[in-house]
Amino acid sequence: MSFINYLSREINCKLVYYGPGLCGKTTNLQFIYTKTAPEAKGKMISLATEQERTLFFDFLPISLGEIRGFRTRFHLYTVPGQVFYDASRKLILKGVDGVIFVADSQIERMEANIESMENLRTNLAEQGYSLDKIPFVIQYNKRDLPSAAPIEELREALNPNRVPEYEAVAAKGDGVFDTLKAITKLVLTELKKGSGQQ
Amino acid sequence: MNPQMVMYEEEFNQIQAVVERLVKEANAKVVFIVAKNGQLIAAAGDTENLDTTSLASLTAGNIAATGGMARLLRENEFATQYHEGEKANIHIQLVGNRVILVVIFDARSSLGLVRLRVRRASDELNTIFEALLNKVQSPDRNDVLTEITDADIDNLFND
Repeated sequence: MSFINYLSREINCKLVYYGPGLCGKTTNLQFIYTKTAPEAKGKMISLATEQERTLFFDFLPISLGEIRGFRTRFHLYTVPGQVFYDASRKLILKGVDGVIFVADSQIERMEANIESMENLRTNLAEQGYSLDKIPFVIQYNKRDLPSAAPIEELREALNPNRVPEYEAVAAKGDGVFDTLKAITKLVLTELKKGSGQQ
Repeated sequence: MNPQMVMYEEEFNQIQAVVERLVKEANAKVVFIVAKNGQLIAAAGDTENLDTTSLASLTAGNIAATGGMARLLRENEFATQYHEGEKANIHIQLVGNRVILVVIFDARSSLGLVRLRVRRASDELNTIFEALLNKVQSPDRNDVLTEITDADIDNLFND
């Protein structure tokens, strides 16, 4: 659910990073946080366990610049990846404007990726969204690891609709901003389209 | 597909007036209003040294989690929450299942007073947000989004 404020001249949108446990969702946000100018970001909040696993969500508000005199602000959220936190994942998808699926490229995580993708589709449907319609991009993370599966294999398993996809090494920052730019572009385009139809 | 929240000057002024009056009448430190997805809509009181963006997001997370618990217990919603600290207390009220009204107060006020004032403010806010929703859905509204071009969106990333 985007929020357009004519008074403060702001367009606010909500983006959610989804994916299996330890795929690098929080790492994406941490990199964005460190590379964003202080005046363009708020505080990053991580509701995590003592072992630094995401318990509820991470939250990072960033500002991307102006369009037609309106400041564009994006609220970035991650979900907890571990399977048993499904109830929490559903809550975080509420009011989402765009989704980034972070896949773990390691071949041994293929099953976990597929399971998480199916879980995303189901949970979105419960909120009344279709994964085929909502702004959606995929990031293949951990490309630097020796056990990384070939891109073709990941694409075959995770990206049948051929949505925009990016290779990444989030820990080093590779691909992180490409992914973010792609989803923000899709979200703004969708907003424009949606408003034209009304 | 996505219900949009839009804020215009007229409604914002009405909302801000309610929020500012609530600060005074409830002897509160801070009052703010958050959309259910975590976006801050309005705030009043001593907000200068307060990270209202973070508070807004956490409040919405809190309401979402409580709503999830409610559904498991076959309740519709738990519309009110109260957290008591040593110095600060926080009262959270779901208004019309649409927005969240948050009141932060200290020993200068009391839970009873806050609850009483929140009740009246909730009714007023409900009316305002209902009118706002009707306005947003009306076909002849002036919409900045329709004027955005693809080039505008591309330009956002050219720097």
